[in-house]
Amino acid sequence: MPDGGQALRLAAAGGWRQDSYVDGPIRAMAVATIFWGIVGFLVGVVIASQLAFPLLNLDLEWTTFGRLRPLHTSAVIFAFGGNALLCTSLYVVQRTCRARLFGGEEMGWFLFAGYQFFIVMAAVGYLLGVTQGKEYAEPEWYVDLWLVVVWVSYLVAFGGTILRRAEPHIYVANWFFLAFIITVALLHIGNNVALPLTIGHAKSYGLASGVQDAMIQWWYGHNAVGFFLTAGFLGIMYYFIPKQAERPVYSYRLSIVHFWSLIFLYIWAGPHHLHYTALPDWAQTLGMVFSIMLWMPSWGGMINGLMTLSGAWDKLRTDPGLRFSVAAVGFYAMATFEGPVMSVKAVNALSHYTDWTIGHVHSGALGWNGFITFGALYWLVPRLWGKTELYSKKLAEWHFWIATLGIVLYITAMWVSGIMQGLMWRSYDAMGFLQYSFVETVAAMHPYYVIRMLGGVLYLSGAVLMAYNLWRTVRPAPAALPASQPLAAE
Amino acid sequence: MFKKFSHALIEKNLILMGVLSLITVSIGGLVQIVPLFAVETTIERVEGIRPYTPLELAGRDIYVREGCYTCHSQMIRPFRDEAERYGHYSLAAESLYDHPFQWGSKRTGPDLARVGGRYSDDWHSAHLRSPRDLVPESVMPPYAFLDRPLDYRDIAAALRGQRAVGVPYTDAMIANAAADLEAQARPEMDPAGFAGRYANARQSAFDGDGRTVTEMDALVAYLQMLGTLVRFGDVTPERVRQQ
Repeated sequence: MPDGGQALRLAAAGGWRQDSYVDGPIRAMAVATIFWGIVGFLVGVVIASQLAFPLLNLDLEWTTFGRLRPLHTSAVIFAFGGNALLCTSLYVVQRTCRARLFGGEEMGWFLFAGYQFFIVMAAVGYLLGVTQGKEYAEPEWYVDLWLVVVWVSYLVAFGGTILRRAEPHIYVANWFFLAFIITVALLHIGNNVALPLTIGHAKSYGLASGVQDAMIQWWYGHNAVGFFLTAGFLGIMYYFIPKQAERPVYSYRLSIVHFWSLIFLYIWAGPHHLHYTALPDWAQTLGMVFSIMLWMPSWGGMINGLMTLSGAWDKLRTDPGLRFSVAAVGFYAMATFEGPVMSVKAVNALSHYTDWTIGHVHSGALGWNGFITFGALYWLVPRLWGKTELYSKKLAEWHFWIATLGIVLYITAMWVSGIMQGLMWRSYDAMGFLQYSFVETVAAMHPYYVIRMLGGVLYLSGAVLMAYNLWRTVRPAPAALPASQPLAAE
Repeated sequence: MFKKFSHALIEKNLILMGVLSLITVSIGGLVQIVPLFAVETTIERVEGIRPYTPLELAGRDIYVREGCYTCHSQMIRPFRDEAERYGHYSLAAESLYDHPFQWGSKRTGPDLARVGGRYSDDWHSAHLRSPRDLVPESVMPPYAFLDRPLDYRDIAAALRGQRAVGVPYTDAMIANAAADLEAQARPEMDPAGFAGRYANARQSAFDGDGRTVTEMDALVAYLQMLGTLVRFGDVTPERVRQQ
């Protein structure tokens, strides 16, 4: 195990034991990541099916698309992605700092339980129609307040562990995790300033309205992507790809440039969600210009991740976990190229309000966030449970190809439907009249919605395979857990 | 310069790294957001814009509750095809009192910014109950469950809550919130009171039944006022120019 040498040195230095790391809650977070991933993908398949076959709304208020869609987005971003980030960041910060989690087991379990409670409260609210009506920020004020408590504890636990570190330098993955935690706190608080009708009332009205509310929302919304789904997951990349490839990060200098330019530029990109709206033009232009500039740090980071494999490319054939991580970086490259293109106003005039946006988001979410998480889980889960081998590499390979095919079906269907619908909306006949009524463009979407649904089913099936594989990996009774034994000091 | 500066300084100091990160991520947001509270075009007052009537506000809350924004935008862009399909492009002032804004980001269904008055009340309630009866190709969920009585016990608190975040509801509006709500949905009641408090508000049995106030009444009342407050015939182009 790559950790062996380090642990031995530690043991020599002062009787350090592997079980000095807090791993119980991290194991729970890994399980939660898989569980919520499958829930989130399943709800995604359900709502994709509803768009193809509206009967599946079931005539019930709790199962309409409008209520399930926030359930899907929150389940995949905050429940699946959030647990993946908690799990990996708390694992990584302890190892790279050679320090026990600040606050110990209790802190770890509080973060685990507190975060799951946040998810469940938010999800129950969505089904009952308790929502703020702002995308990716749907939870109402009382859920938001609870998340602030959990998140500040997360910052304290993460920062406190770094302060206790035995390594002089803070490892690059932790820069990204730290910026992610700080910025998400800022965004979450900034976008959710609201007054409840009364203290006993679930409903609240936000302080900002109209244009200001729109700008604040997309400052938040785009940086939920930028910091939750990018900076945090880059932290995963910067630890797990070097571990899987058993090579150091390609370039230290590129890491520095990548980090500072990425976090500086990302925050400006929000207004590209508001092109040609009532937001003033100068703000739209700023959003566009910074989105294009963002291409550079994105690809800088992508190169840093991929080039880490120099001299270890052969591992792609033998390690399906690494294959997920590397394909993830490939999807990241694709999505971060497509994003700047779509932020150009002339392109956005066509793409906005269409499925192209949905396809773009999913090439990032399924390809980048999903795959980098799967890659990390295939590496991490055996180690967390003290196993040396994955139950089946074959199954992991099946997972890889099924999921990849699912993504390809998904995003190509959305490219076609999005661009087609955008073109149909603006199409004129020879007499100078609009050629299509709106509902004709809806009807034209049907075949692509079916293809998208199939793509989702494939992706979900892959995740179920992974769950089975990982369960079989850890299942045999952990009678003698090697990781919990004190290491010999000689 | 880089010869003297070493990034190790930051990398070895958690507080320095945290503070520098916070400063770095704050700049963009401050530059883009703060001016919007002062720039003239975003705080412009356009004639006709008024707070929602209590019934419309209740309907708007249902619109938010049901996640209508996940499929419908309320923001018309300044393009020829959108002008022909939906009407005049949306003004900032038209969402002045929208807490939260509902511009949306996806048009699985059409834009609704100016849907008010385009269809009859009967069309709306029938369409909401069973969309495919009227539009066979539609993929909209059915909302027949909205035919239940509206719970408006908290309507005065809702108006007070709106006032607390800046919507200019008067004391009289808050005191008469429940009465105004009922009067708008029940044509047999005297509309003089609420009509005096809310310009261009229409009284109707929105769901076809004037006896009980239902969620359907509220939602249809809201949909029917969307985009109707600014009379573009009376507003000069200079008045609505976006900069």
